[in-house]
Amino acid sequence: MLFTELLKMAGLSLVANKLRTVLTMLGIIIGVSAVIALVSVGMGVRKNVTDSISRLGSNLLMVMSGSSNRGGVRGGAGSVQTLTYDDAKAIKSKIKDVAYVSPTAQGSYQVVYGHENWSTTVTGVIPEYAAIQSLTMQSGIFFTEHDVDVRSRVAVIGTTVATNLFGSVNPVGKKIRVGNAPYTVIGLIASKGQSSVGQDQDDVVLIPLTTAQERLLGITYVRSINVQVANADKMDEVQANIEKLLRQRHRIRAGAEDDFNVRNLTSLMETMNETTTMITLLLGSIAGISLIVGGIGIMNIMMVSVTERTREIGIRKAIGATYNSIMMQFLIESTMISILGGIIGIFLGIGLAQAISKFGNFTTVISSESIIASFGFSLFVGVFFGMLPARKAAKLDPIDALRYE
Amino acid sequence: MSNVVTITGVKKLYKMGSEIVAALNGVDLKIDSGEFVALMGPSGSGKSTLMNILGCLDRPTEGSYKLLDKEVSRLSDDELAGIRNKTIGFCYQNFNLLSKLTSLENVELPAIYAGFNKTERRKMAMAALEKVSLADRAEHLPSELSGGQRQRVAIARAIAMKPAIILADEPTGNLDTKSTVEILQIFRDLHAGGSTIILVTHEPDVAQSADRQILVKDGKITKDIITASTDERIDII
Ligand SMILES: Nc1ncnc2c1ncn2[C@@H]1O[C@H](COP(=O)(O)OP(=O)(O)O)[C@@H](O)[C@H]1O
Ligand SMILES: [Mg+2]
Repeated sequence: MLFTELLKMAGLSLVANKLRTVLTMLGIIIGVSAVIALVSVGMGVRKNVTDSISRLGSNLLMVMSGSSNRGGVRGGAGSVQTLTYDDAKAIKSKIKDVAYVSPTAQGSYQVVYGHENWSTTVTGVIPEYAAIQSLTMQSGIFFTEHDVDVRSRVAVIGTTVATNLFGSVNPVGKKIRVGNAPYTVIGLIASKGQSSVGQDQDDVVLIPLTTAQERLLGITYVRSINVQVANADKMDEVQANIEKLLRQRHRIRAGAEDDFNVRNLTSLMETMNETTTMITLLLGSIAGISLIVGGIGIMNIMMVSVTERTREIGIRKAIGATYNSIMMQFLIESTMISILGGIIGIFLGIGLAQAISKFGNFTTVISSESIIASFGFSLFVGVFFGMLPARKAAKLDPIDALRYE
Repeated sequence: MSNVVTITGVKKLYKMGSEIVAALNGVDLKIDSGEFVALMGPSGSGKSTLMNILGCLDRPTEGSYKLLDKEVSRLSDDELAGIRNKTIGFCYQNFNLLSKLTSLENVELPAIYAGFNKTERRKMAMAALEKVSLADRAEHLPSELSGGQRQRVAIARAIAMKPAIILADEPTGNLDTKSTVEILQIFRDLHAGGSTIILVTHEPDVAQSADRQILVKDGKITKDIITASTDERIDII
C-alpha cells in the first residue's frame, strides 16, 4: 500500500523535473548502450574467427613443415621443407581413425586466357580436398586419382577466376595458361562467397598435386597436410600417431626435435575463443566504467535534490514519515532513473550494434547476456549510488529540516 | 477529564561550545483532554522547543513526557514518527504544505503514511476539508490559494487523522486580521467539538481565544491561568 504510494511520489517528482531526469538518465543510457554495442563487436570478432576456423573442417589436424619450437630465432613453421606426398599417403594407410588426408602445394601465378589474365593462388591438391572442403561443382567435374597419378594438366577453377577470365562464357573445356603451360579447365566450383574474414573463397585455381609439384613449382615437398580425424575423441591419439610415424619416416633420432609440427585446429579454436572472449570482456568492462560514471551522476543529482527538498522531507517527517519511507522514496527515484535509462540504453545499444554491422560492414552479435548483464548492472548502480542520498534524506532531523530555508 | 499531556521536570539543554544553554529548564505541565491552551512568552523563551517536545519531534534531555499515559521521552525516531502520524496534528506559521500537491493530496498525506487505502484516505481528507469549509478547493494547488485558505488546508491536514492533540506554532503569524479571525474561529469550533489544542502565540488577542494561558520565560513556566472562567489576561512584557 505505502510502497505503491512511494512509487507514485517518486514518479511524480521525476516527471516534475523532466529535463533533470533525462540528463541524469543520460549517463546510464550511454553506459548501457556502450556495453551492448561494444560487446556485440567483440562477439562479432569471435564469431568471425570461429567461423573461419570451423570452415576449414571439423576434427582437423594440420601437419606443417618445420619445428614447432617456440622462442629462439628458428624459422617459423614451413621454413624447412620436409613433408612429402608419401608422408600423406603413409598417414592415410598406416594410421587408424583417419577419414581424409589432404596434402597441398601452393604458388602465386598469373593465369592467362586469350587476352585476359588474372593473378591468383594456384593450389595443388588431391581429390579428397574437395570432400574436406565440401566443394560442389557448378559445372564439369573435379579431377580424379588418375589425374594425380599421371600429372594431368587439368584445372578446376573458382567463380571469381572464371568471371575474370571468361566473363559469362562457360570455362569448362577451355584451355588456360599457368606458368606458360596449358591447362584444360575441367570443372567450375560453385560459389562459396566471402569468408567471414573477407577472403574471397572463389578466387582459386586447383590442379592435381603432382602436376603442381613437378610440372609447375618444381618441388618435391608439400606445404601442408590436412588430416581429418573420423572421431573427435581420437584427435589426440591420431595426433600422437602422426608424430610417431613422421619421426620414423624422417629418421629423427630420439631426443632430436621434430622437423614438422601437428596442429590441432580444435584446440586452436579453443585458444582463439578464449582470446576473443577476453577481448569482449575487456570491451564490456571499459563500457561498464561509463555506467559507474553514470551512477555517480545519479548520486550527484540526487544529493542536490535532497538538499533542495530538505523542507519537503521535514514536512513529511513531521506528519509521520519513517526513516524507511523517506529512504525508499528517494531510492525508488534513483532506481527508476536507472531502470528507465537502462531500457532506453538497451534499445539504443541494439540500434547501434545494427548500425555498426550495416554501415561499418562488420559482424556484430547482440547477446542476451550483455543485455541482461548491462541492465542488471545499471539497476545495481541506481540502487548503490542512490543509497547515499536516500540515507542522507532519511537521516535529516525534522526540526532542522523544517527550519531550512 | 483524563490527562492527555503530563510533563514533569523536563529540561532541554544545548551545548554551545563550552557553555550549556537551557532552552527548557524544568517544565511541569498537565493538559487535559479537550483543553484549548495558549503558550505565550517572549522570543527565545523556549516556546518552540516545548512545542517540538510536545509534538514528539524532539526528546527532552531530562524529565518525563507522558502522552495519553504512555512515556514517550525515550522512544526511537521511528516510534516517534508513528506517534506524530496518529496522535499529533501540526500547524505552522508558514503552513508547510507541499507545493506540488493539491489541497486534497496534502490533507491525504498523513493517511498515506498510516497505510490507509485510497478510498479511506479520500473520505478522511474530504471530511477534514469540509470541517475547514474548503471542500470546493480540494483540487487547487497551494499557490492558487490565499494565506488564510492555505492555513485552513494545513489545519485540515492536522485534523485528518483525528489526533489526540493539535499543535499550532504561531498559526496566525503570517495572516491578515480577517484571516486571523477565521482561523481562530476554526480552532474554537474544533475545541467545541472536543479537540485538545495547544497554540503558540505572542499576540495577547490571539491568546484570548484559548481557555487557558501559559507564560513561558527563560525556559520555565512562570504563569498558568484558566482565562475561560476569569477575565485575567497575561501580558508578555
Ligand atoms: N538547536 C539549538 N541549538 C542551540 N540552541 C537552541 C537550539 N534551539 C533552540 N535553542 C535556544 O533555545 C532557546 C529557546 O528557543 P526557542 O524554543 O526557539 O524559543 P521561542 O520559540 O520561544 O522563540 C533560545 O535561546 C535558542 O537560542
Ligand atoms: Mg519560536
